[in-house]
Amino acid sequence: MYNFEFEKPSTIADAVAALGSEDAQALGGGQTLIPTLKQRLASPSALISLNGIAEMQGVCVDDDGSVSIGGATTHATVAAEAASSYPALAALAGQIGDPAVRNRGTIGGSIANNDPAACYPAGALGSGATIVTNTRQIGADDFFEGMFSTALDEGEIITAVRFPVPQAASYQKFLQPASRFALVGVYLARFADGVRVAVTGASEDGVFRWSEAEQALNGAFRTDALMGLSINPMNMISDLHGSKEYRAHLVGVMTKRAIEACM
Amino acid sequence: MPKDSGIGASSKRREDVRFLTGAGNYTDDINVRGQAYVHFLRSDIAHGRIKSVDTSAAEGMPGVVKIFTGKDFEGVGGIPCGWEVTDKHGAPMQEPPHPILAQGKVRHVGDPIAAVVADSLEQARDAAEAIDVDIEVLPAVMNMKAAAQDGATLVHDDLKNNICYDWQLGEADDAKVNEVFANAAHVTTLDLVNNRLVANPMEPRVAVAEYSRGTEDYTLYTTSQNPHVIRLLMCAFVLGLPEHKVRVVAPDVGGGFGTKIFHYAEEAFCTFAAKACNRPVKWSSSRSEAFMSDAHGRDHVSTIELALDADNNFVGLRTNTYANLGAYLSTFSSSVPTWLHGTLMAGNYKTPVIQVNVKAMFTNTVPVDAYRGAGRPEATYQLERVVDKAARELGVDPIALRRQNFITQFPYDTPVALTYDTGDYNGTMDKLEAAADLAGFAARRAESEAKGKLRGLGINCYIEACGIAPSNIVGMLGARAGLYDAATVRVNATGSISVMVGAHSHGQGHETAFPQVVADMIGIDESMIEIVHGDTSKIPFGMGTYGSRSLAVCGSAMVKATEKVIEKAKKIAAHLLEASEADIELKDGQFSVAGTDKSVAWGDVTLTAYVPHNYPLEVEPGLEETAFYDPANFTFPSGAYACEVEIDPETGQVSVEKFTAADDFGNIINPMIVDGQVHGGIGQGIGQALLENCAYDENGQLLSASFMDYAMPRADDLPFYAVDHSSQTPCTHNPLGVKGCGEAGAIGSPPAVVHAVLDAMNSGGKAVDQIDMPVSPSRVWAAMNG
Ligand SMILES: Cc1cc2nc3c(=O)[nH]c(=O)nc-3n(C[C@H](O)[C@H](O)[C@H](O)COP(=O)(O)OP(=O)(O)OC[C@H]3O[C@@H](n4cnc5c(N)ncnc54)[C@H](O)[C@@H]3O)c2cc1C
Repeated sequence: MYNFEFEKPSTIADAVAALGSEDAQALGGGQTLIPTLKQRLASPSALISLNGIAEMQGVCVDDDGSVSIGGATTHATVAAEAASSYPALAALAGQIGDPAVRNRGTIGGSIANNDPAACYPAGALGSGATIVTNTRQIGADDFFEGMFSTALDEGEIITAVRFPVPQAASYQKFLQPASRFALVGVYLARFADGVRVAVTGASEDGVFRWSEAEQALNGAFRTDALMGLSINPMNMISDLHGSKEYRAHLVGVMTKRAIEACM
Repeated sequence: MPKDSGIGASSKRREDVRFLTGAGNYTDDINVRGQAYVHFLRSDIAHGRIKSVDTSAAEGMPGVVKIFTGKDFEGVGGIPCGWEVTDKHGAPMQEPPHPILAQGKVRHVGDPIAAVVADSLEQARDAAEAIDVDIEVLPAVMNMKAAAQDGATLVHDDLKNNICYDWQLGEADDAKVNEVFANAAHVTTLDLVNNRLVANPMEPRVAVAEYSRGTEDYTLYTTSQNPHVIRLLMCAFVLGLPEHKVRVVAPDVGGGFGTKIFHYAEEAFCTFAAKACNRPVKWSSSRSEAFMSDAHGRDHVSTIELALDADNNFVGLRTNTYANLGAYLSTFSSSVPTWLHGTLMAGNYKTPVIQVNVKAMFTNTVPVDAYRGAGRPEATYQLERVVDKAARELGVDPIALRRQNFITQFPYDTPVALTYDTGDYNGTMDKLEAAADLAGFAARRAESEAKGKLRGLGINCYIEACGIAPSNIVGMLGARAGLYDAATVRVNATGSISVMVGAHSHGQGHETAFPQVVADMIGIDESMIEIVHGDTSKIPFGMGTYGSRSLAVCGSAMVKATEKVIEKAKKIAAHLLEASEADIELKDGQFSVAGTDKSVAWGDVTLTAYVPHNYPLEVEPGLEETAFYDPANFTFPSGAYACEVEIDPETGQVSVEKFTAADDFGNIINPMIVDGQVHGGIGQGIGQALLENCAYDENGQLLSASFMDYAMPRADDLPFYAVDHSSQTPCTHNPLGVKGCGEAGAIGSPPAVVHAVLDAMNSGGKAVDQIDMPVSPSRVWAAMNG
């Protein structure tokens, strides 16, 4: 690790101000950032911890029934506190990493990082969530711009994520055997006005919506609606753990299982 | 009735109290006043010529004590190889130098180029970044078969080719072997890969060295399975130091699995630098460094052929293996694919003609050496896989085919240089069939199929050679060391006992099991006996712990030393009891005169030995004896394993549903510890079969360089095991009749898992007869949809 300053502000305004200094970086749970620093792959001048900001903590249900989660809320808290208001999302949070990771890692950190194999991006995109920052609100469809890339500006922080709650939803995660991130993960949410299917782990472009499947399921919400549909392996990830073809195949299997879980 | 103490009792592991409550004393817990820290600048290029290493900018950085490069070690020896293998033409193996820091070339990702010693680790890392290294990149030698071709890029420019040796064992007459295969009724051939593994003990390697200017003594604390071996190699071959001036301490060690047997450059470096810097020097490996500097395991590519006659008797076996040694020869690397592998190719079977061919290759990868089982898993895997394939091809029951070919007469001279002293392969298989409820498999399969899963059953046998071994034999085979062991039994005046043993415990439970033996021999409480190990200044000598040898070899030395102690104590007791020595009996800690009620307690005799007022004049005071023990033969544990898996046909995911092990370890000192050793071994074997894969790309970059990509088995990857070791044919040549149980699980389990996967796939209507480990979901899916 290189040396850096450390600050732990207690308001969003102070955090934003602190992030204004050159090369300062937000610190959520540190589950991605700290290993990166240990490997000397980043050298921020200051880490601004978001963990002391009360207004970025916790899960609440808004008047319109949507579930709002503070940007610095840990996966463990979401797993526990969203269990009744948005069970599929709580289940997703409960499948991230191990207990140590879940007790440190935060939703804001995960979504800001947009790892192509991470779970929350699928949950946010599949739910059509709104990413709330210190300056604006961004729809999930516009937020995730590709592997490790998002619509966030320099110094902009995710203060909350607001999830409309579907009639039924399911996250089906097929584990990469080593990291146990998603080799392929499918988040399917069924709303009154349509089905959304978001896929993580599979694509070179990061999380994406499988629109053909959504259309088919809007026609008939049954597993056999997927018959004849397939994902083009071309843009899929190929690595030690699975070929493009395998990942493309798994997208179909996980989607089918998500449908079954929502029946 | 299970015993509650002594030999045969499941005494609780006393060392676990400190391990589990954070009270252990590991090498990284050791900090020496004034110590500096070393960071190694390691190559990120697999193969290249070093044009220059410019340390000038780094020298002046804050905290830097001294920077070393390959040049500083030009007058110093390299890391030696402990075993000289002779090739099939009688020539010695090619043995390239293995410098402490790279000289001339870098030969694998992780090869150390420079070492920065600084006041803090972060300062050392800062300075290392300021070192300017210019390397001309050369093509990486990665594929073993290509590396063996004439004209291939050379890993070592001074060698004639990349082949360390071309070795053969068994039938030397090719024509005779060809004839056996030509006349066979059936020949089964199989090409397979034994995947490269990283041992990944929980504790990474650490070395702390100090030098006293006043006495010119060195102390090296290091994560080692064999501190005396490290002292000998480092003093005699690398640094040229007098052994009596060097103390090597291996305190609590958090797992070894073979990878902490070897003498590593970092240990020698710290010892050298402690004097050069006149400061203690500490190195603690990070996990990332461990992936690219701990010796790896396995990595064989083989073709095996089995010839059978019309009655399905095995008549011939031939193997052709390429064994990866990596870029340099690690301490015992050369012995693994040869004497620890070829000699095991007979397995449990009476195949009359066997020919084993091994080409050992240099490549631009991390050195490969012994890893739990070392050579024997590779032998077992090939042999059992080809036997299973033969059964499938011939449409016969795989257990029946094995039983038909079992060796049943002992001692048995194999065609590959070993003499099995004892065993009962049919008896062990009987135990397996019962313990694994093989009769109930069909019902279990039907249940799985009802859930949409495929279920498979895999069986295999194994034999291993442990307790290596008679020094005169291993010497003939090229070992540059003896393979005996030593123990000192020091009885204190009040009767408690310290046993100084050459074996090193790094999780095996010696501190519990060894006292059980001594307690049993004397008839005193186990708690009165303590094992001392891991410090060259405390123990007489020791070849250390590997190859499942500790109890069979060092335990035998301990028995001999205890016998000497008892013999002397009897003299003292005879004097106290005014009886003849021949009439003295020792039972339950009491010396008594046979046929009388006269007796004296153990503690009274030991006190008399140290307070010799009323004492036999011809006997020396004190009660301490040392014995060295050199075994007469290897020991030959054997077993039969059964694995049941379920496959999710949609995803290719394999789950191990049931695993049963029936082992013959001879006599057993502590059944619970033996269970634990088998459990751990099976865990690693399932890890190899399903998960673990150390992979490089064609440029020599390590793809699985962290736990993000190297899949270690986790608890939920493993089933509850059924372990049966009631089949017991005691070893015929050591005093305890023990054989060794440390590696069996890792040797016996991989083929059972793969056989089960193949059986499951075939049950789903897909004729698949080969799949390589690790049997990952993607590979299973590809095989089923290929
Ligand atoms: C062993 C292990 C297993 C894991 N398994 C999984 C898994 O199965 N699935 C999964 O999805 N993830 C997994 N993760 C990742 C984990 O979920 C991380 O917590 C997450 O990716 C990052 O969140 P964090 O709060 O730790 O962020 P940090 O590491 O602190 O930060 C990550 C990045 O986000 C930025 N950042 C942090 N918070 C904010 C914010 N509020 N607004 C804007 N930018 C911010 C930081 O500046 C940094 O660039 C695993 C991690 C580990 C170590």
